[in-house]
Amino acid sequence: MTGACDECLRRALLLERLAPYIERVATGQAGQRSPELLALDDKRLIRAVGGNRAGELLAEGRDPGRAGRVRRRAAAASCWTACPHGSAYPAALHDLGAEAPAALFGRGSIALLDELDPAAAVTVVGARRAGTYGLAVAEQLGRMLTRAALVVVSGLANGIDSRAHRGALDGGGATIAVLGGGVDVPYPRRQAGLYRRIVDAGGAVVSELPPGAPSFRWCFPARNRIMAALGGITVVVEAAERSGSLITAEMALDLGRSVGAVPGPVNSWLSAGANQLLVDGAVPIRDAQDVLDHLIGAGSPSVRDLGPDLDPPLREILQCVESGRATCDAIALASEVPAHSAATALARLELLGYVTSDHVGRYSRTTLRAPELVSGSWSPGSHMPCSSGCR
Amino acid sequence: MLAVARTFTVVGVAAQRVDVEVDVRRGLAAFSLVGLPDTAVRESRERVRAAVSNSGFEFPLQRITASLAPADLRKAGPGFDLAIAAALLAASGQLSPDALDRYWLAGELALDGSIRPVPGVLAMAEEARRNGADGIAVAAANASEAALIDGLDVVPLHNLGQLAELGAGLAPVERSTAISPSEDNGTGPGGPDLAELRGQPALRRALEVAAAGGHSMLIVGPPGAGKSLAARRLPTLLPPLARAEAIEVTRIASVCGRPPPPGTLAGRPFRAPHHTISAAGLVGGGNPPRAGEVTFAHGGVLFLDELGEFSRAALDALRQPLEDGSVTVTRARHSIEFPCRFMLVAASNRCPCGHGVESRRCRCPEASVRRYEAKLSGALADRIDISISVEQPSAEALRSAPGERSTAVRDRVAAARERQAARLGEGRCNADMTPAETRRHCRRDGEAREVLERSHARLGLSGRGYERVSRVARTIADLYGTDGVGAEHVGEALTLRRRHADG
Repeated sequence: MTGACDECLRRALLLERLAPYIERVATGQAGQRSPELLALDDKRLIRAVGGNRAGELLAEGRDPGRAGRVRRRAAAASCWTACPHGSAYPAALHDLGAEAPAALFGRGSIALLDELDPAAAVTVVGARRAGTYGLAVAEQLGRMLTRAALVVVSGLANGIDSRAHRGALDGGGATIAVLGGGVDVPYPRRQAGLYRRIVDAGGAVVSELPPGAPSFRWCFPARNRIMAALGGITVVVEAAERSGSLITAEMALDLGRSVGAVPGPVNSWLSAGANQLLVDGAVPIRDAQDVLDHLIGAGSPSVRDLGPDLDPPLREILQCVESGRATCDAIALASEVPAHSAATALARLELLGYVTSDHVGRYSRTTLRAPELVSGSWSPGSHMPCSSGCR
Repeated sequence: MLAVARTFTVVGVAAQRVDVEVDVRRGLAAFSLVGLPDTAVRESRERVRAAVSNSGFEFPLQRITASLAPADLRKAGPGFDLAIAAALLAASGQLSPDALDRYWLAGELALDGSIRPVPGVLAMAEEARRNGADGIAVAAANASEAALIDGLDVVPLHNLGQLAELGAGLAPVERSTAISPSEDNGTGPGGPDLAELRGQPALRRALEVAAAGGHSMLIVGPPGAGKSLAARRLPTLLPPLARAEAIEVTRIASVCGRPPPPGTLAGRPFRAPHHTISAAGLVGGGNPPRAGEVTFAHGGVLFLDELGEFSRAALDALRQPLEDGSVTVTRARHSIEFPCRFMLVAASNRCPCGHGVESRRCRCPEASVRRYEAKLSGALADRIDISISVEQPSAEALRSAPGERSTAVRDRVAAARERQAARLGEGRCNADMTPAETRRHCRRDGEAREVLERSHARLGLSGRGYERVSRVARTIADLYGTDGVGAEHVGEALTLRRRHADG
């Protein structure tokens, strides 16, 4: 059977109809209660959020033509649908029990969801407002996880989420984005390009709300539970205290999934949440290898991102970046080379993939590892040949 | 009787000849002024009346008509007083008209007959010479400025009474053509010097590259990172203006009422308008059209501190002038072109509060950070060649020995600019290369080409970005004095490239 059953589509439509009511209840002083609300069956949910309009809403729900209308809407938006009663519904979502989404609407590869094995999927979450460090780690993580044939799941949000997706796409793999609102609406809007790339590259974009549904604040914690369920491990990259990513991590724990966190500088406010997770016993994640070791067990095939060899002057510049110096000034001063040599060296390191720079030109280290061996030439094989040293 | 005197009015940043015709004839005593005078010019009648009487002349109690030709040009300012008075005296037979044929006159009259300086006499001197006048007579305080122009007698006048001696008894001032443009762009000893920029070698280097190629530049960093300090030192790195350029810069300064000290030519200007400036204030506008900051910065540096705070309209208005080197302001009656070839230096914080999103002190809401980033990468994105990120230098770095002085860097910059002029033509630099010229002159060796191609794939360098990096690499190669562009030049240019916000 293809597509979701009528009952489940009706439930999805009900959620869309109730969205503004849920918003009032879920984001009140009680905080992020939306997943608990979503565990209620239709009647209880309507009573819980509908207030004095509950009767009216209940009556609306009995309209038999509703499922057909949702199905037509989905077809018009070229979306597929899936529900627990049909195929293509990821088995991992059953772990959510009563909180499992009734229906999934999606664009892109339905097979990717159908065949999704939580042991081979990694959810990457983190701050929308991330620093260069977190962004670089998220991208590298996305890329290397994909190269190791894992599926990267994230939420298309600005910052860490989108970087993880981007990295996965660069790694040449499929990635799953879970949206808070309707699946045909790229949200946030500035990630519309990424949304298209994900769909075009054989990935999938999914949501539990019907196409066209606007997103409310409660949709995001609700979306997080789906993300947490899809991945075998949830990796938090750069999250401040009281961040939405920590909610996802908590949900993953509740589901019996693992939680990993990328350690950050202890004096960085942006990494406080991730570091706290580590203190609380999360799996420390330095790179894709750590994820792999945890999911599959130590000794799994190596995915260490090894870059080309570096000659000593470049190594020294790389060490300066590793020690947290972000500007060309600081790097030139610390390495005691002239500014123009430092600049040339930074450009080479960036081209080789060892460092990356943000939009204002601050440099940070990627997780690409340098071979331990120092040989005479640093330009083997296909990598950028460069005869002139950086003296 | 009829008499004519010649003077000028300022149109844009140049002078235009104005003939003052005065007719004195029998009739009811009246003094009318025609030819689109503004209020200050209209009031000239009262000043002339008092000054003439107080200088020992007689004010004719007849029907006086003064006409300012061309009649369709709007005239502004008090500079017509002297010419009106002179023509009036000649028309009433109190002054020989010979001198008025040979000398242009400009000055504001005080009621006691003494003559006050007016702005723009350098422009007037240029226009007078172009029109074949023998000389000009101006307020004594204006004389040294006017004397910068060759082939023109400049007669200093202190009061209206001296008009009688014009062309006979009064000696012109000595020409000041020996004055050469200032070597250090008017900054002088004790002025700003690059040596004061300590602990920021990469910023120093970026300034040197920008100066050498005339590249516009963006400096990003937190408050106190020395962004303005660095920008203010950029003019000291630029080679001195050629004499013709210096006269043009001085003329603009004089027209705008900011003449350099008497007996000097202006150096390269440094203008730092506040971020609340309007588009018209920045590029020029109004009616009658007035020059904007870009024109004041002609030949020098325009510094936009807090780039992200400038209005979208002002930044957009800047694009065309940056590309064309001139601004055309068109009004119903006329359109005026203002020159504006300048180097743009912009500085910005990393987020609206300045601390940077990684800092705990930053409390900027995400949306406003995004807006700021978008503005930063969108603003003039295709016009800024060099971008550098800076931080507050450490105390240790600040205590270090001072770096090279501006003069040493200026010599290298001058040598690099000479190479560019030899290649592109006089007065041009790498920043103004057309795409075709960029292709022709940025011959890269195999290795350099490979670096660029790799950066296209790896760093997402766009077509335009590719070209900008090529131009900056060309400048770096010029600083080294090499003909070809090598991999290390491209590498350094890549570090200085403009990036775009994403993620």
